[in-house]
Order: sequence, then C-alpha cells, then structure tokens
Amino acid sequence: MRVTKAISDNKEYNSFWSRLVSLTRKEIRQLLRERSNLAVGIGLPILMILIFGYGLSLDVKDAPIAVVLEDPSPMAADVVAGLELSAYISPIMMTSMHEAQRLMLAREVDGIVQIPSDFSRRLAAGNAQIQLLVHGSEASRATIVRNYINGALSQWALRQADRGTKGSAAAGTITVAERMWFNAANTSTWYLVPGLIVLIMTLVGAFLTAMVMAREWERGTLEALFVSPVRPTEILLAKIIPYFMIGMLGLGMCLLAARFLFEVPMYGSLLILLVSSMLYLLVALGIGLVISSVTKNQFLACQLALISSFMPAMMLSGFLFDLRNVPTVIRLVGHALPATYFMELIRTLFLAGNVWPLIFKNCAILTGYAVLLLGLARYVTRKKLD
Amino acid sequence: MFDFLHRIASLCRKELLAIFKDPANRVILVFPSLIESFLFGYAATYDLTNVPYALLDQNRGAISTELIARLDGTVIFHRVATLQTQSDIARVIESGDALLVIQIGPRFEEQLNAGESAPVQLILDARNSNTAGSAVGYISAVVDSFNVARVSMVSGAGPPLIIETRAWYNPNLETRWNLLPGLIASLSMIQALMLAALSVARERENGTFDQLLVTPYSPIEIMIGKAIPTIMIGLMQSTIVLMVALFWFKIPMAGSLVTLYIGLTLFTMASVGLGLSISAVSANMQQAMLYTFLLIMPLILLSGLATPVRNMPQILQIVTLANPLRFAIDLVQRVYLEGVGLLTVIHDVIPLLIISGITLPLAAWLFRNRLL
Amino acid sequence: MNRAAPALIASAIHKRFLIKETGKTVHAVTDISLEVQTGSLTALVGPDGAGKTTLLRMAAGLMKADEGTLQVLGIDVTADPQAVQDRISYMPQRFGLYDDLSVQENLDLYADLHGVTQAMRKERYARLLEMTHLARFTDRPAGKLSGGMKQKLGLACTLVRSPELLLLDEPTVGVDPLSRRELWEIVQQMIDDERLTVLVSTAYLDEAERCARVFVLHEGKMLAEGTPGDIRQRALNLCYVATPAADQPPRVLQARLLDDAGSIIDAVPQGGAVRFIRRHEVDQQRLDALLDGALVAAVEARLEDGFMVLLREQHDLEPLDTEVLETAHHPKVEAEGDTNEVIIEVRNLVRKFGDFTAVDNISFSVRRGEIFGLLGPNGAGKTTTFRMLCGLLPASSGFLEVAGFNLRHARAVARRNIGYVSQKFALYGDLSVTENLEFFGSAYGLYGNRLRERIGIVMRQFDLKGKEVSPSGQLPGGFKQRLAMAVALLHEPAVLFLDEPTSGTDPQRRREFWRRITALSEIGTTIIITTHFMEEAEYCDRIVIQDAGKLLALGTPGEVRAQAHGKDSPLDMEEAFISIVGQSRQNNGNGPLAKETRP
Repeated sequence: MRVTKAISDNKEYNSFWSRLVSLTRKEIRQLLRERSNLAVGIGLPILMILIFGYGLSLDVKDAPIAVVLEDPSPMAADVVAGLELSAYISPIMMTSMHEAQRLMLAREVDGIVQIPSDFSRRLAAGNAQIQLLVHGSEASRATIVRNYINGALSQWALRQADRGTKGSAAAGTITVAERMWFNAANTSTWYLVPGLIVLIMTLVGAFLTAMVMAREWERGTLEALFVSPVRPTEILLAKIIPYFMIGMLGLGMCLLAARFLFEVPMYGSLLILLVSSMLYLLVALGIGLVISSVTKNQFLACQLALISSFMPAMMLSGFLFDLRNVPTVIRLVGHALPATYFMELIRTLFLAGNVWPLIFKNCAILTGYAVLLLGLARYVTRKKLD
Repeated sequence: MFDFLHRIASLCRKELLAIFKDPANRVILVFPSLIESFLFGYAATYDLTNVPYALLDQNRGAISTELIARLDGTVIFHRVATLQTQSDIARVIESGDALLVIQIGPRFEEQLNAGESAPVQLILDARNSNTAGSAVGYISAVVDSFNVARVSMVSGAGPPLIIETRAWYNPNLETRWNLLPGLIASLSMIQALMLAALSVARERENGTFDQLLVTPYSPIEIMIGKAIPTIMIGLMQSTIVLMVALFWFKIPMAGSLVTLYIGLTLFTMASVGLGLSISAVSANMQQAMLYTFLLIMPLILLSGLATPVRNMPQILQIVTLANPLRFAIDLVQRVYLEGVGLLTVIHDVIPLLIISGITLPLAAWLFRNRLL
Repeated sequence: MNRAAPALIASAIHKRFLIKETGKTVHAVTDISLEVQTGSLTALVGPDGAGKTTLLRMAAGLMKADEGTLQVLGIDVTADPQAVQDRISYMPQRFGLYDDLSVQENLDLYADLHGVTQAMRKERYARLLEMTHLARFTDRPAGKLSGGMKQKLGLACTLVRSPELLLLDEPTVGVDPLSRRELWEIVQQMIDDERLTVLVSTAYLDEAERCARVFVLHEGKMLAEGTPGDIRQRALNLCYVATPAADQPPRVLQARLLDDAGSIIDAVPQGGAVRFIRRHEVDQQRLDALLDGALVAAVEARLEDGFMVLLREQHDLEPLDTEVLETAHHPKVEAEGDTNEVIIEVRNLVRKFGDFTAVDNISFSVRRGEIFGLLGPNGAGKTTTFRMLCGLLPASSGFLEVAGFNLRHARAVARRNIGYVSQKFALYGDLSVTENLEFFGSAYGLYGNRLRERIGIVMRQFDLKGKEVSPSGQLPGGFKQRLAMAVALLHEPAVLFLDEPTSGTDPQRRREFWRRITALSEIGTTIIITTHFMEEAEYCDRIVIQDAGKLLALGTPGEVRAQAHGKDSPLDMEEAFISIVGQSRQNNGNGPLAKETRP
C-alpha cells in the first residue's frame, strides 16, 4: 500500500512492486481461505514427518527365527548358541518341523533353521547339513536374515574346523570389521528424515502449484487480469512467493523434527542446507507452474504433477531405493531428475558434512534446473487466449 | 426389480461412456499404471546389484589377491578405484564414487599364516544405511565361504558344514516379486479413489449433476451407479499391473485368478466407498483432489508396501488396521506368490468386508444427506 | 493524441481457429474493418457465433489476428499488446472475480494493478459503490453475490480508473432488467463525465439503441454498419402492431404469423398484442388471411426490427413442423384433460439458508397447459423457488405439490412427471446425441421399443436428425438447447421447467425457441420458465414477480402491467417490472433503490 504513494521518478519500477505486492496479497488470501490447500500444504507434511520418523523402518532387529532342533546332541546345541548372539535375529526353539512351518506360513517367524537328527553323526563324518528356510514374501528382510544366519553358522563351522586341525599348520581366518560412516547408529530414520525434506518440497512446490494457474484458467479469472498493466512475470512471482513460504515452513518443520524428535545429526552447514533447499524449492515451483500453465486443467495438472514429480521424487531419487541397484535406463532417468541431486546433497549435508565438490556440483545442477524451469514457466505464461 | 437393474445398468453405462470418451481420461487411466508398474518394477528394489568399491590393499599378498578376485567374480562388486594410502578413503567415500572401501592391512597374510585371525576392514558410506548393511552382509558371506574353502583345503577335509538354504515363494529373494503384487492393489487404489472422489465434483462443475438429480434416480441409486463403474475401472487398473507382472517381469503366479479378483473386488469396494465419501463432501474438484491425496499418502505409507508393517511401532500397527490397503497387499501377495485360497487369507478378507461395510454405507449416507 | 483520431481502427482482419476434435478450420472473423470514434459508445451486435467476442479479444491483445491490422489507441496491438493493455480496460463475458476474495478485496486488487493512487481511490470507490449499490456488501465474498451483483462488481473492477478505451463483452447477460438499467446508467455516466470511449458487444438490441454507431456482424462477416437510425431504416414502413380478439392469446397469432416466412419477417407478442414486420413484397390478401381480422396499426421501426430484417436477408427462420409435434405427443391426461386442473400447488412455501430467508411464504398455483413465468431481479429468490419446484432443493416449510405428488414425500414419483432444462448446457458433452437420449430415457424407466420410439419422435420434434453420433458438447448453441429440450421431454412429462433458457441468445434463436414452447403448451404441456427478457413475459399466460423472497405480483401479463400503473397501462413489461420491484423496495426502505448510506 505504502509503495503506491511513492513519487514517480521511478514510476515503472514502483508500479511493478505495487502490482506484485497486491497480487501476492491476493494469492496469500486465497491460499489461506481454502482449507484443502492448507491441509495438504501444512497438515500433510506434519503427518509425513511423524509417519516417516516414527512409523517406517527398514531395519531388521530381532527377527523371530524358528530353530527346529531334532538332534539332542551337545554339538547341535552349540550351533544354536551361536545364533543367539546376534542382535538381528531371535531364535525360538521348537522340536516339530511341522509346527515351525505352520508359524512361517502365518508369517510369525521369518525363517526356519532345521538341525536334522543325524546332524552330529554326519558332522563326524564330515558332511553335516543344516537346512535354512526363509520366507520370500519380504525379500529384503529375508535376504538380511539369511545372510546373518549363514554368517553365524559359518563362523561356527570355522571354529569347528579350527578345532579339528589343531596343531597342524593352522589356517587363520579372515574376519570382517565394518565401519559405517555417516550413520553410526545404522538406522534408516537417519536417511529417511532428511530425504523427507525433498518429498515435502516437491509436494508443496510441484503438486500444489500445479493447480494454481490451472485453477485460474478453469475459472476464467485470467481474462480480465490479462488486460491490465500486469506483466506475466508479476503473475508468476505472485504465485511463487506464497508457496515458497509454505515450502520453507515445511523445511523448518522437518529441520526441527530432525533435530529434536529424531535426533538426526547435522554435520554440514545449515546455511548451505537452507540455500540449497531454496534452490530446489524454486525448481519444484518451476515444474508446478510449467505443468499448470501448459495443461490449463486442474485434473490433468494434478495427475501430471504426481506422475512427473512426486512419484519420481519418492521412487527414483534414491529416497527409498538406492539408484546404484537399478538398471541403467532407470538410473539415467533418476539422474535426469533434480530431486536426485537434492536428495544426495541434503543427505550429505546432514550425515557427512560439507563435502565441497559435491556441494558445488549439485548446487550448480539445481541452479541450472531452476533457471531452466522458471524460464520455461515464464515462456509458457503468456497473456494470450489462443 | 428389473426396472431397478435396468436403470442402474444404464447409469453405469453412462458413467463408463463419460469416462472413456474423454481422451485425457483414456490416457490417464492406462498410462500412469503402465509406466508406474514398469518404473517401480525396475526401480523399487532393495536388492544389491551394483556395488562400486575401492580397494586399499596394503598387503598385496596371494591370499588378499585371491579374496578380492572372488569378490570381483561376483557380478555385484565393481572396483572403481585402487587406493594407495589411507588418506584417499575419505575422498572416494564422500564423493559417493564408491559405496565402500575394502582395506587389507599390511600384516594380513602374515597373521593368517600364523593361524591368527586377520581382519578385513570395510569402510562404508551409510548415508543409505540399508544398502550399506546389505553390502556388509554380502561381503561377509563371500569371506565366510572363502574361509571355509581355505580351512578345508588346509585340513584336507571336506567342507565341515553344508548349509542348504531355500527361500519359500521367492527363490532368488527379489524385491520385485513382493513389490509388483503390492502394486496390483496400490495403483488401482490411487486411480479408483481419485475417480470416485472426482465423480460428483466433476458433474457439479460441468452442471450435469442437477440434470441427473431431477431424474427419478434416488441419491442411493446415483451412488451405486457411480460405485460400480469405478470398481470396474479399479479392477482394470489391477489387471494392467497384473499383466505387467505376469508377462513382462514373468513373476509366476501360484494362486487362482478367481480368488485374486474376489479379494481385489472387496478391496476396491472399500476404497471406492472412501472416494465417494470424499466426493460427497467436496465442493469442487480442487478440494476433491487435495483431500484424496491427503488420504492416499498415509494409506500407502502405512500399508507395508515400501516398509514392513511389523517394523512399525505398536500404535501405528493398530492404526493400520483401518487401512484397507494393508490387508489388500497381504492378500494379493499371498494369493499371487503362495497360491493360498480364500480361507487362508480370511484374516484379510474379513477386515476388508468390515471396511467396505463402513465406507460404502457412509458414502450412501453422505450422498443422501449432502447432495440435496 | 489527435483530437479526431479513432480509438480503434481495424482493417481487413481475419481470424481462423482450428477445431482440434474435427481438424476443421473455422473462420471466426472474416475481413472485418471498423473504426471506433473517441468519446463515443459503439456496439457490436449479431447472433451467436458472429465473431463479437473474438473481435473484442483481439482488440484487447488476447488474440492475434491472422491477417489485417488492428490499431488501438494508435498502437499496433499485435506488435505491442502490453502497451495497449496498460491503457484500456476490458470486461470479459465471464468476468473472473475471485470468489474467495471480498468485494473490497477484488476492487483493491484491480485498483492496485491499474496503479490507482490512494487519493484517487477514495473518491472513485465511493462513487462506484454507490452506483453499483454494493456499499453494504464490501465484506461479502464475491462468490456469495447474486448474478447481477457479480456483474456490477465486475464492471466496477473494470472502472476503477478511467480507461482510454473500455471494451465490454455482453455485460448484461443473465442480469435482471433492474440491474441492467443500473449497469447502463453507470456506463452512460462515465461517458458523460469522462468522455469514455466504449466498445460493447450485446445481444440486447435495445441496448444498442443507445449507441452512436452499431456494427452488425453475422458469421464473422460485417453485415451492416451505421447509426442505430441507419439500421432502423431497413425496417422502415414495415412494422405493425396487430391486436387479436380479446379471447385469443397473442402468442397464437404470433405463431401463425411467424410460420409464414414468405410474408412475415418477424413477430413478437407485445403488451397484449403482436408486433410484426412484414416483407416488402407481400401479398396483401395473404396477410389479411393471416391476421384473421386482428386490428392492425403501423408503428415506428426499432433497431431490433432493422436487425431482424438484416438477418432474414441471410437466411429464413424455418417454419416449425407443428404436425410432428402434435402427432408425436400423447398427453396422457387428454382424457381427464381439464384445463382448469391445478398441476402445481404452492402454499406458504419458505426456504431459509441459515438466518437468511431466500423464499418468504409464497403461494400460487399453476393450471395444466399454462405457460407460467417466474420473474424477479437477481437474488430475489426466483432461482430458489424454481429449484424447490423441480425438487432440487428441499423446502424449509410449506406445501408443494407437482403433478399431484407431494415433493416432500414422493420426490422420485413427482420427478417422473417433470422435465428440466437448466440454464447452462447440462448434458454429458462427451456422449453423443443418441447416447444422451438413451441414458436419460432409461433414467425415466423407458427401455426397448418404447425408448427407441420416443427417441425417434423427439429427434424429429427437435430437428436433431443427422446429428445422432455427434458428441453433444460440440454441437452449435442452438442444437444444444434443442437437445436439452428433447431430453427433458423424452418421458412426456406433465410439466416442463426451463431456467433462463434464452439468456445470452440472440433474438432469432429466441423466436425459434418460443415458437416451440407455444406449440408445446398448445398440446397440453405445462411450462414453468424463468427469464430476464421482459418481452418474453408476454408469451406467458401468467407470471409472478418476486423480490426479496416475497411475491410481489401474480397474474396475466396484462394484469401485472395494470398493477404497476392502473388499467390500460402505457408501460411495457420491462417498465412495469421495474416499477413494481422499485415500489416494493421503496416501501421496505432497504432496497438498492432506496437512498444508500454507509454505516
């Protein structure tokens, strides 16, 4: 309001600001008056933080394993003792294979270790066998369980072999000592919560904004607006500003939750994190506005935004699934997505610290995308009806 | 009765025509499911297929070389760098060039020959702790078998212990085998919910709803006429994903199609009930879409599709009892992979029946009380 | 700027559109040249699809002409649309108010965008709010305003500053006569006070009478141009008023005249008589036979008469095949057919929204075969009443019976007896004509041979042959309306409800429409209709006028006119309407016509 009073030595400049302020105020009012918008812009991020932080975990801890001990010998009991040491599995002793299979079918146990009745006899003969069954309906969990049990049994076997060859030119055994960098707690929360920032930014930036221009086209509010001194850039900026603020609010919530609720460490610089988040938010807004201006239809815009930004951000950015493990074509698609670079950057900033080459590279890519997409949004937003 | 059926059939026919005659709709009803099932089929995997690593071998003995050769022999591990000094480790890990560095100390072979245990150090980038954990497991397995081979060679005996491993229903333990059956339910839910939620709002915005309301159709009939086509389209979506799973990814189906579709129909009914309820309370398409999305997110996250329900805290596990998708995914996976019959998955069928028994009457009640 | 320089110069403009669905190119504007003089009011008139809106959009820089040059305020608008948009104001047909913003916020937005200073605003707002009678509603969200108020707010937003050129695209569509008059007063005042240059497109020819210059467009081409006098000239000495015998409703004579396109160019009911234009070369005997002894007097030509003459030169109105209509319709009631039978009974009907009473204790009844008009300003409760009658809205209290069924208890049965045509095209646009008919037919319980037979009949009745497989949404406007009527009459309802069926349509299509309506009523269909064209009230047997939820007048058009100004009232229907509503508002002391003071 005050701006309009300014004297006109710099008239065009002043009227730009007064129009922008006015349009932005309009957008903010509309945003605040539509409850469904706020529900998705603010409510959904809170819900997602809580679900991801508390609800979702990929870690295997204390997986129940049925151990069917058909051989009562001390040797067999020794094998089982080796299993009990692991933090990842918790063996349940039973005697009937039938019962164990029932439990596995009901998915009450993740696997069955069967030590047959002739175990000790065959061990003496040098061809002992242990059967390990896992349930394939949760493949990743089954793989982990299988690996741990295999490991524990092999360790036991080695100890056995060592004992057997006592005195001779012994073969020492190789041990594996791992050091998990950047995630000492080895918990998926540490990488899910920073990744959530990417999802929430995409949600607010691309999904919500995809509807805003389309809505104006559908409701016919643009025709009169176009025939006024307002410039397309001003219309776009006015749409960007409120959603940018909502996005930053989401970022703030994520950071607070990461710090205080989930105690995810942050080794990198907060400033860089903020700057790169803003960059990515601009990229997301660019995507949303381009979709919106091109489709001019809320339903299409919403579907397109989901398919082209939100789903990929969740599935292809390395958020849940490591891009290293996917086929080349999909990896290339993943590396064409801005979300992938932001994901990498933000995890590094949280968990690894200021890795400058990576910061420079990814920020440069994000800046490139932001310029490209916002430029494209400006290009497709023209005051034309045909 | 004939009259009633005839009128409902006519309503369904109209609904299907209106949906499929719109070219944008035709695209949206086929392509997203198709693309997503391909994309997720390939991308959504926790299986290790490619682990770039760097080697820092300070021993360079015969044993270490043999061990590394074993690792390189797998298709999974690819050496991207051979480091000279410890100070190089940070660089390759931080930049993400290598997921892990294998460090073999200078006294490695010496220790082994002395009958001591010799450590192989793994330094892992655990920014994705899941991948890192799997990699450790994999290397451990390689090392274990290497040890066993060495020990039996030295002792001259056969392998002391044979572990015979079998995985039920998914012999190679591929994530894809679990995920695609899960998608059969989830993708169809997204589309069915969205379509159902928009069904009334769209007619309201197009002005056709009044014309429909002045006909003798009762609100309940209108609801049934919207529910049936949406359920059909939901099942069509499921079929698309099922085809991709069967014919593209060639995941063998153990169960019967009839059982599968009975379960899916129940599930789609429950989600369509939810969608129609949203529809009745939304004033316009924007609200319908946003509220649907607000619902879809937690439904999918708390369904066990991406992360197992069993890993959730107790309280959330209780919340998931209200989630039809949770039961549908379990049902589809079991019928598809394990080939069980309806009786075995009765613990999924009954909750789905209960949820449909709540959402559909809720939609009917809202239709009756909110539309006029 | 040069004193005499025209505000807008178009020379040889062409505009073509590619229709995506059919791949055909449509000529929206063909070789149009025109000039708009500075400081004058200029009108674009013409039937639907004449290219009026396209022309205005091109002038506003929203579309590019394919050929020709278009200069606005001395600027080539194709080259620099922004420079033009900085200086003009434009009110599109559907002014895009932001529904969730209040009246004041909408005004502020446009004032900010047009760079109106705070000092200027104070005076301007006061004036605009007073003229539009919106002062009391500044805090109300625009979405909650009635249609007329919205339109006035749209105009106010357009006029937050004095533009060098004002473009108005059908500013009064769907606006009641009262608001229409007020809107024009605002524009006129602006022209008088600020020498505003205005280019307006309109389907109301009486509005075009006010203009200094009129351009008549037809199918994208310029048909005629000149002062309103020049256009009137075309109907000089051809216009008459015929007064039929007292027992005969004028619409019967009107229909007869209209059906003889060889002798008659146009005929409309007016003040209990029929106004008609004869052809230049007409067989007097034939005319006399047509008139059947009615009293005839020559009258002055109006702009509308000139316009109709112009249009008839393009193509004739096809006479309605009334035979099809009559043989087709089997009014189930003929046997018990008693024209005095009451078919709609409304007693003490009330509808409240929260603490706002939209319909306040109204009672009336409609007899079988009547054409019954619901009239009233925007926001008067007319739409609410209408929606209650066709069962789209439950009443708060009162008695409501349609075709012998109480809408409270037997809504579904009552609905079997009504047909409904909404204001906006409300059929499934992607479905073909036949598919729409089949669907709605079965909705009313028709199937098999019976359904096919009925579809065949209404297709003939409403001239839909040849369009069976076309998607309904892509039919031209006239076809859409006929299809909507066909759908509504498929199940042979006793009552047909029509909600502003003629809003925004040109005089020619209105004639066609009413010709069908009168034919329908002749065979016993009861018709309930709302309209903002007061001349159309003349087609009705009886009308009600409603305002502020209350019933102000009820009776034949003649009786209502008499109520407004005593017997043999010289007022036409529109004047009578304004007088009745105005009086009522004055008595209540709270209507917009009463002196407005801001709290």
